[in-house]
Amino acid sequence: MTTASDPAASDPAASDPAAVPRAAASLPSPLRIALARAAVETKVLFRERDAVVFTFALPIVFLVLFAAIFSGSAEGTGVTVAQLYTAGLIGSGVMGTGFQNLGIGIAGDRDDGTLKRLVGLPMPRAAYFIGKIASVLVMTVLQVAVLLAIAVLFYDLELPSQVSTWLTFVWVFVLGVSAASVLGIAVSGLPRSGKSATAVISLPFVVLQFVSGVFIPITELPDWLVNAASVFPLKWMCQGFRSVFLGDAGAALELTGSYELGKVALVLGAWLVGGLVLCVTTFRWKGRHDG
Amino acid sequence: MEHAIRVRGLTKRYGEVQAVAGLDLDVEHGEVFAVLGPNGAGKSTTVEILEGYRQRDAGEVTVLGRDPARPTREWRSRIGIVLQSADDRAELTVRETLRHFATYYANPRDPDELMEQVGLTDSAGKRIRQLSGGQRRRVDVALGVIGRPELLFLDEPTTGFDPEARRRFWELIEGLAHDGTTIVLTTHYLEEAETLADRVAVVARGRVVAQGDPATLGGRATARARVAWSDGEIETDTPTEVVLELSRRYDGEIPGLTVTRPTLEDVYLRLIEAEEPPAGGTLETPAVPVESAP
Repeated sequence: MTTASDPAASDPAASDPAAVPRAAASLPSPLRIALARAAVETKVLFRERDAVVFTFALPIVFLVLFAAIFSGSAEGTGVTVAQLYTAGLIGSGVMGTGFQNLGIGIAGDRDDGTLKRLVGLPMPRAAYFIGKIASVLVMTVLQVAVLLAIAVLFYDLELPSQVSTWLTFVWVFVLGVSAASVLGIAVSGLPRSGKSATAVISLPFVVLQFVSGVFIPITELPDWLVNAASVFPLKWMCQGFRSVFLGDAGAALELTGSYELGKVALVLGAWLVGGLVLCVTTFRWKGRHDG
Repeated sequence: MEHAIRVRGLTKRYGEVQAVAGLDLDVEHGEVFAVLGPNGAGKSTTVEILEGYRQRDAGEVTVLGRDPARPTREWRSRIGIVLQSADDRAELTVRETLRHFATYYANPRDPDELMEQVGLTDSAGKRIRQLSGGQRRRVDVALGVIGRPELLFLDEPTTGFDPEARRRFWELIEGLAHDGTTIVLTTHYLEEAETLADRVAVVARGRVVAQGDPATLGGRATARARVAWSDGEIETDTPTEVVLELSRRYDGEIPGLTVTRPTLEDVYLRLIEAEEPPAGGTLETPAVPVESAP
């Protein structure tokens, strides 16, 4: 067996005088790596053009449908159907992008070896999660902007005028996105493979939308369903968003006659912390077939 | 001088299967070291323990002066890993991917130069998922070396390559070795091990059953030669004499003459067969059909 003819021709060091000192210098800061992950994750997310189009279209299609089906005001409170569904669909969009899409995406990353490759890099593990959550945040902000624009232009949605109301929106949104993303990361380990992920993760998400006041007003559900839904974050997220878009007039429509914002913060916060604990303790960087 | 890799008494068990059963190994700085063995012999498990991917049950393992079971970022930055199967279908282009991976390291190679060196310049703007298998593998290698690793792991790097792509790949690896990178290579291709490796280890049933220079492994250089010609063949310690004798007998040209020593493959198969479990024991299935040794 002869060796290949001319190793120097393809010698990666030949044009590389800096090869000798090697890595020695200090590594990039974790923050820099987290930002690089966020940029890459966001870029990749938007490169999957069909997924982007449908992710953006889904809440808009629902808004158009529901507005057509249930036209007019709800129960003489002056609250429009557009207001009601804008709030619900923002909650559902956050959950869809953070929980469902992220969970399915990470299950795929695990299956095709992306995660295994990443964990072999000098990457702080938290940087991966931060990058994922940041990409969800960017995606959902744009989703909300598009949905609100359509609701304002075509369904006469009036945006809140008070700064304090927008502050409420911001904290419900950030807490909701974080909790949903962390849960998406945690749930990604549930499917046995990337292929089964869509089926496994979609079921709980669809059920939650029906019982959390996205599609059907929560006041029309039997008590036991309301109690069950109250355990999960989507119901509280939607409630928080209703406080923003329906205002005081809509509070009467709530089961307790109040938006219970304190409870919203508490439940979403609890899911965030619980989800983080689940991630730290159960997250797998390798697929099941890979030991 | 300290070894690049030092392994003593390594064991790892999966349920009923003893994947690694007291394995010892030393890899020196700057050498190309090939690990050979049938599927299920424990070589992938061993390499994954060295890479910090798997926890061991017992044994001492030191890789670049550290225990790989407790990897740090600094340690990871000195190691490059080219996994056996990487089929992540990223939507990033080759150039974007290399640039991104460069951000993890203190002193990375220049992505554009690296693309030139691995022959990816023409594909720089292509998305990873659009690449052919061979191009894909080049990206894997480029990502493995972009941080200027002191130690590079290559797990069956050329599986599925056509002969020409394999030869070009070997040149790339020889270039890295020339640069002083320590390389640990697992492969099923004995020709590949023979071309690239300074030393090889044959792993069977979770242990190293032979190691050394591929040219002398298992007494290969001193083994009896086989002289074959049209009308017969003979195994001998003195092939030159046999040929001279034949030459006299045929008065010149000997019809169909070949003189061979055992190939690395012959030696390998003999070593593996010697390690076969007795009938009924089916701990491992050899990847290569085992024939009776000469």
